[in-house]
Amino acid sequence: MTTEMTETPVPTRQPSATEPLDALARLESEAIHIFREVAGEFDRPVILFSGGKDSTVLLHLAVKAFWPAPVPFPLLHVDTGHNLDEVIDFRDRTVERYGLRLVVANVQDYIDDGRLEERPDGTRNPLQTVPLLDAIAGNRFDAVFGGGRRDEERARAKERIFSLRNSFGQWEPRRQRPELWNLYNGRHRAGEHVRVFPLSNWTELDVWRYIKREAIELPSIYFAHRREVFQRDGMWLTAGPWFGPRADEPTQELTIRYRTVGDGSCTGAVLSEAADLDEIIAEVSASRLTERGATRADDRLSEAAMEDRKREGYF
Amino acid sequence: MSDLLRLATAGSVDDGKSTLVGRLLYDTKSVLADTLDAVHRASVDKGLSTPDLSLLVDGLRSEREQGITIDVAYRYFATPKRSFVLADTPGHVQYTRNTVTGASTAQLAVLLVDARKGVLEQTRRHAAVLALLGVPRLVLAVNKIDLVDYDEAGFEVIAKEFTDHATALGYPVGSVLSIPVSALVGDNVVERSPHTPWYTGPTLLQHLEDVPVEPDPHDAAFRFPVQYVIRTNTAEHTDYRGYAGQVAAGTVRPGDEVVVLPAGRRTSVARVDTPDGALTEAEAGRSVTLVLADEIDISRGDLIATATEAPVPVDEFDATLAWLSDKPLRAGARVLVKHGARTVQAVVGELSARFDEQKLATVPAPQTLDLNEIGRVRLRTAEPLPVDDYAVNRRTGAFLVIDAGDGSTLAAGLVGAGLQALETDRNWGGTAATTGDLVSPGP
Repeated sequence: MTTEMTETPVPTRQPSATEPLDALARLESEAIHIFREVAGEFDRPVILFSGGKDSTVLLHLAVKAFWPAPVPFPLLHVDTGHNLDEVIDFRDRTVERYGLRLVVANVQDYIDDGRLEERPDGTRNPLQTVPLLDAIAGNRFDAVFGGGRRDEERARAKERIFSLRNSFGQWEPRRQRPELWNLYNGRHRAGEHVRVFPLSNWTELDVWRYIKREAIELPSIYFAHRREVFQRDGMWLTAGPWFGPRADEPTQELTIRYRTVGDGSCTGAVLSEAADLDEIIAEVSASRLTERGATRADDRLSEAAMEDRKREGYF
Repeated sequence: MSDLLRLATAGSVDDGKSTLVGRLLYDTKSVLADTLDAVHRASVDKGLSTPDLSLLVDGLRSEREQGITIDVAYRYFATPKRSFVLADTPGHVQYTRNTVTGASTAQLAVLLVDARKGVLEQTRRHAAVLALLGVPRLVLAVNKIDLVDYDEAGFEVIAKEFTDHATALGYPVGSVLSIPVSALVGDNVVERSPHTPWYTGPTLLQHLEDVPVEPDPHDAAFRFPVQYVIRTNTAEHTDYRGYAGQVAAGTVRPGDEVVVLPAGRRTSVARVDTPDGALTEAEAGRSVTLVLADEIDISRGDLIATATEAPVPVDEFDATLAWLSDKPLRAGARVLVKHGARTVQAVVGELSARFDEQKLATVPAPQTLDLNEIGRVRLRTAEPLPVDDYAVNRRTGAFLVIDAGDGSTLAAGLVGAGLQALETDRNWGGTAATTGDLVSPGP
């Protein structure tokens, strides 16, 4: 070995040799194990990275799994074109800090050249599926890491950590492989790929507690701030050129924060004064709404909204 | 005390398992308002007067339509004492493979019976599968106790019958608890029931919070499957070479003498690395990177084990298979075996016995092993594997059988002849009556 590689920066906390293996440490070890299995068994893995809290935790775990070597995978972002600037800035800074390669699949490109049509409600989350599948096929990615958690939604609760997708990217719940012990079966045929969910067993609260323990940086929109918002379908949406407001939707400046990062037209903010991690953890602990129910219009579409989208090849 | 408990549920159709899980989530306030609203709406749509808590867990469209649970659902709830990862496994007979899946990682299993029906054949089969997979503790939830007027005598009969069965399967006294519950109205699930003053034990949730768990075999001999070789060369880490993996059993410390299998080269541990700093020891369940004292050739799939108590790599061994595929297994089948981080080709030799679920006995020399059947086989592998007996180590005694053609998972594999312990009724009278060592699933 002659060439000197760049050091992979890890936001380390105080090392402790005697820290017990508590629930969070177990979840961390499990996720790291999953990352290493994929690195050992697949040729072209990729990490879905949106700059949201789950994918940021995912990337942090990947960095820890391969430290002190760099993460041996590129990142993929399916950009709806409806993202808040703070999130895109954060995404780009994070990618640069770790020296990774970012592949961006733009929904806007598909709309511009007519491959996809803007929906009447302006929501672009469902439009992500085609650019995602094209990016997977075009780059011949065979393993795609996502930040999905089983506590998010009932259909996700049934999905495996290694979730085989057919050559159309579809999830077939009746044909899932049994997942035994911590032995993962990543075998797939040419054209198929496997979605891998290292955070499967984490809850929203676990994610926040881990962010605090590891001092992981997040986009500022997760913390309470003043913002021009308007109300639609009971959710607070950011006023901006893409999302509205329509003429009958008055805007006002409120103190809000985001619980999830997604397409701006259907991802709502919550009224919140939680300005730091302790306050967010307290707020999430006391919350009576799930994060998707509180902030995602697309998951409210039908009782089986998520299952249907996953069957089509969604995350 | 561990602050994380992994548990699985099992039971027959209509025992009210989804309702029980829904009740646990509901009463621990793990269900949030919007989810509950959706359940209320769907219950009203179905013409029900009270919310159907099973809708909290039946996640797939076909499950809700048919009113049955098809697939393992994972649920998460927490109390101030513990976090719980719950694998809710379907009771429908053709989905036994899901029970195997849920049980493979469980530290405790909750079996449900209907107080009006008592212990059924399927209850006995489920208990046998849980024993085979080494789930250390069982809870028998005698459900719908409200429908038998909270009858103590009836409960005692069911509890005794089940405890006797579990004891025959190798469960030590104290590892099995029976609780009278009503998932529908909530008796003894989270809140103590006023209707069962004769029951002095803990509620289900109290038991789940307080039951001791030995999450990983800490005292066992050290085992470390190498998942990935981490190499880099930086100013801080000159010619770094570390072996990444998760401690599967035992504990490792710097200075420990180890052997790398299957090659058999000996060396010692120089450092136990993590990004948070080097550790003075790493116990089972922890993902770390080992730096060794000598430069020897190690790659993914190798096993690093304690030098004093290392497994002997074998290329032929007895195993118990829980067959999970529609395609029947026949002697001579060519398959892949994934053990630890190594996948090797294998040939199934003779099928030496099949477990008769009805009689809880083994039948010698079956022609095939079909979906949901459990049998003992002889396996020959293309390369030697450093296996342990499953009864000794659930991690390094487990393997997957994979279809080399389509990549599907064919079977859950357990090294050794653990099936013998399940012969609680040794009534087939075969000459090869195996009365070998009982597998003790408990600590």
